[in-house]
Amino acid sequence: MSDAPDLSELARRVAGAARSGEEVEAYVVRSRETEVRVFDGEVESLSMAGVEGVGVRVISDHRQGFAWAGSLEPTVVDETLDEARDNAAFGEPDEWYGLPAPADFDTVIPAPLDVWRESLLAVPPDDKVDIALEVERATRGADARVRGVESAGYGDTAVEAAVASSLGVTSTSRRTMCSCSSFAMAGDGDETQTGYGFSAGRAFNDLDAADAASTAAERAVRLLGATKPRTQRLPVILDPLVTRSLLAILGSALGGEAVLKSRSMFVGREGEQVAAPGVTLRDDPTRPDALGAASHDSEGVPTRPVDLIAGGVLRGYLHNTYTGRRSGSATTGSAVRGGYKSTPGVGARALFLEPGSLGPDEIYASVPSALYVQSVSGLHSGTNPVSGDFSVGAEGLMVRDGFFAEPVREVTIASTLQRILLDVGEIGADLTWLPGGGAGMTLLVTQMTMSGA
Amino acid sequence: MIDESVLDRTLHAALRGGGDFAEVFAEDRRASSARLDDGKVEELTSGRERGAGIRVVRGETTGFAHTADMSESGLREAADAAAAAARGGEGATNVVGLERRDVAPPHEVRVLPESVEKARKVQVLARADDAARAEGDAIRQASVSYADSRRRILVANSDGLLAEDDQVRTRFFVQTVAVADTGMQTGMEAPGLTVGFELFDDVDPEEVARTSARRALTMLRARPAPTGKLPVVLKKGAGGVLFHEACGHGLEADLVAKDASVFRGRSGEQVASPLVTLVDDGTLTREWGAYAIDDEGAPARNNVLIQDGVLTDYMWDLIRARKEGRQQSGNGRRETYQHLPMVRMTNTYLLSGTDEPDEIVRQTPYGIYCAQLGGGQVNTATGDFVFGMTEAYLIENGEITEPVRAANLIGNGPETLRRVDAVGNDFGTWPGTCGKFGQGVPVSAGQPTLRVSELTIGGTAGE
Repeated sequence: MSDAPDLSELARRVAGAARSGEEVEAYVVRSRETEVRVFDGEVESLSMAGVEGVGVRVISDHRQGFAWAGSLEPTVVDETLDEARDNAAFGEPDEWYGLPAPADFDTVIPAPLDVWRESLLAVPPDDKVDIALEVERATRGADARVRGVESAGYGDTAVEAAVASSLGVTSTSRRTMCSCSSFAMAGDGDETQTGYGFSAGRAFNDLDAADAASTAAERAVRLLGATKPRTQRLPVILDPLVTRSLLAILGSALGGEAVLKSRSMFVGREGEQVAAPGVTLRDDPTRPDALGAASHDSEGVPTRPVDLIAGGVLRGYLHNTYTGRRSGSATTGSAVRGGYKSTPGVGARALFLEPGSLGPDEIYASVPSALYVQSVSGLHSGTNPVSGDFSVGAEGLMVRDGFFAEPVREVTIASTLQRILLDVGEIGADLTWLPGGGAGMTLLVTQMTMSGA
Repeated sequence: MIDESVLDRTLHAALRGGGDFAEVFAEDRRASSARLDDGKVEELTSGRERGAGIRVVRGETTGFAHTADMSESGLREAADAAAAAARGGEGATNVVGLERRDVAPPHEVRVLPESVEKARKVQVLARADDAARAEGDAIRQASVSYADSRRRILVANSDGLLAEDDQVRTRFFVQTVAVADTGMQTGMEAPGLTVGFELFDDVDPEEVARTSARRALTMLRARPAPTGKLPVVLKKGAGGVLFHEACGHGLEADLVAKDASVFRGRSGEQVASPLVTLVDDGTLTREWGAYAIDDEGAPARNNVLIQDGVLTDYMWDLIRARKEGRQQSGNGRRETYQHLPMVRMTNTYLLSGTDEPDEIVRQTPYGIYCAQLGGGQVNTATGDFVFGMTEAYLIENGEITEPVRAANLIGNGPETLRRVDAVGNDFGTWPGTCGKFGQGVPVSAGQPTLRVSELTIGGTAGE
């Protein structure tokens, strides 16, 4: 793909083809990926690929149309613009449709982020294979009770994107990311427990295969002997990975799209106390340590820190250009895309809770007994962002007198999202940025219902 | 899609440096969708992608590369990359001369999506929106979408296979939000078939909307679900996804081989109640998971997995079948040409029994009647699963009484199979997207009305 056209130039060319009375935006992306999967000490698969594509948005007479293509060939790109233009004729007019204009964000200075590591592109495939084999081997070797590794591997991606619009907005971005991971299976007689471990970073030498392996093994082994406890109300301590998943659900309920369409429990609650006073929830894509860091959003608007909840009080929502205008405010630089195949939605890139002062051990010791939730299942089906109902499957361990005690399985933890926010007892100091965007930390929720046997 | 001689040369190039097997998978996909939200048609989206994925297998290792460039040089470059990834060792396998092995499609597609005017696709949205809102003032929002896709695939491999298929799918979604002083609730209904626009000969958009709206309205009256172990009656179609997730995945040969299945080594054993016969049938006409050939060129088949409670077979893809020296079962699938195939389900269902559905409820003194399940998750290594119920009722004294609020069903796949104690004589299916290792493929799941003697309900009612 060395002869591929410059992305920014291509995007500007499409935007420049706008007709009078028309707004045109092109989003052009190119990514390179490697994936290695290993099993039983052998390379199961090694995939290498490049993907490129374009998404074109046309707005005319307040109608919007969109088209995409998995190719950057000039004729295909031209056809995609024509198709988007044709599609625009079938939408209904909406006065709030429109692309961002440079004047919408002239006071926001884009964060000077450098999230591209050229070195990742130079790593030979053999080294990638080696680290995948290493993480599997180390998982097996970590504990005698690990009887297998369900899957282990390595993956990396280097993504370059450009946005250009007929209103004069242009931005380019590029980022690299790599990770290695392992799913350990621990066995004792008929029982099998699984545990996940990973290591992620922007450059190859950020990865720690040994840490990923020992985490996977430890998380599987410590669940051995799990039983179903009796149903009770009790304090619940969420693992950082679980906290991150919970924050992601809150983040989507705080997105302008969900709020405008009344699909959020936060509708009309701005200025209200929605969480415990110690809770500050912020999306800050300008933080260089966040794996989701980005200087511009998917509409080419500079990102900035956005306080969603501060001191327990609901401060605002995330917006892209459309939801910002329609709700009488403005974009917060929070447009996100799932790729070139969709129009920009709204979402967080680096969502986190302002950390507290206690480490995980101190949180365990802060209550006489609690359920430590290592992982949850059915999070999306079990959470209703509209009603706030929350009921998910969980596995983990009981915590007594500050230490892990017996493991539990096949339990459900239930509450409502509203209640959980108000019941936040402690927010751990152990803030960890995770792949997929946000951060997690140990979180104490003072009470939830645990249903078991 | 690609000239036969080009395919032949590409396969030779892929095996030039050695290897046991090489394959070219080419795909040309078009999709269009339209969405109405908040009373307005938001936009029409359309897209196209084409490309080829090439894999080379050597021993346990698969090298894979894909390209959007379907010219001979583009294919050659991908073949070289795939070959390099599977390199090492010596000796090249011969490429057997290509021979067409097309399979007749399971049914005819009558109205191709691209032949339908965009305006007609938009019209069905508005009809559904009106119908949903007419169900009551409490219906505050309706989100309606239409999506179609046409996927033409070609598979050619070094065993000499050459086959093509043309897969057309159309789906229609209506999600509603109902609001009352008891809170907000949502309803969802989303029929889909492996057909073109004739979907709407069978599926009335207004009726879909009314079903979705009634579901949301019903849930407004729902009280908190009980917690604990109870008998659960699954309405026809509603529980198929549970058997797909909690049992089907454990019967996929790749997971079995990795010892990540509770069903490993249990062939010939009684793993379920004698009332249970579970099949996976890619030939099931018009269903969401139907096709003529899988993404490795093998014909779709009707595979019996569990017969009268006895485990009879697993599902197979090319790699696992080659290893075991047996026939493929037509279950090798991939999301797009950018993905490697693996063992996947098609249309997975429990066969009907003899009980009257009403009678099953009548003979349940106290329990849960589940009319719709949302998504779920299963750990295939342990069989443990969790599913959200999106429409459920209490059964009291053999009668369906009040609706209960969203709650989880928690259990274990093999245990649930053993606890099926009544199977109805009706049948229903449910279309969905099955995710595995990051790849989504269309599947359907089905079952008659049946009862599981005990499942854990994770409700929010007091202890």
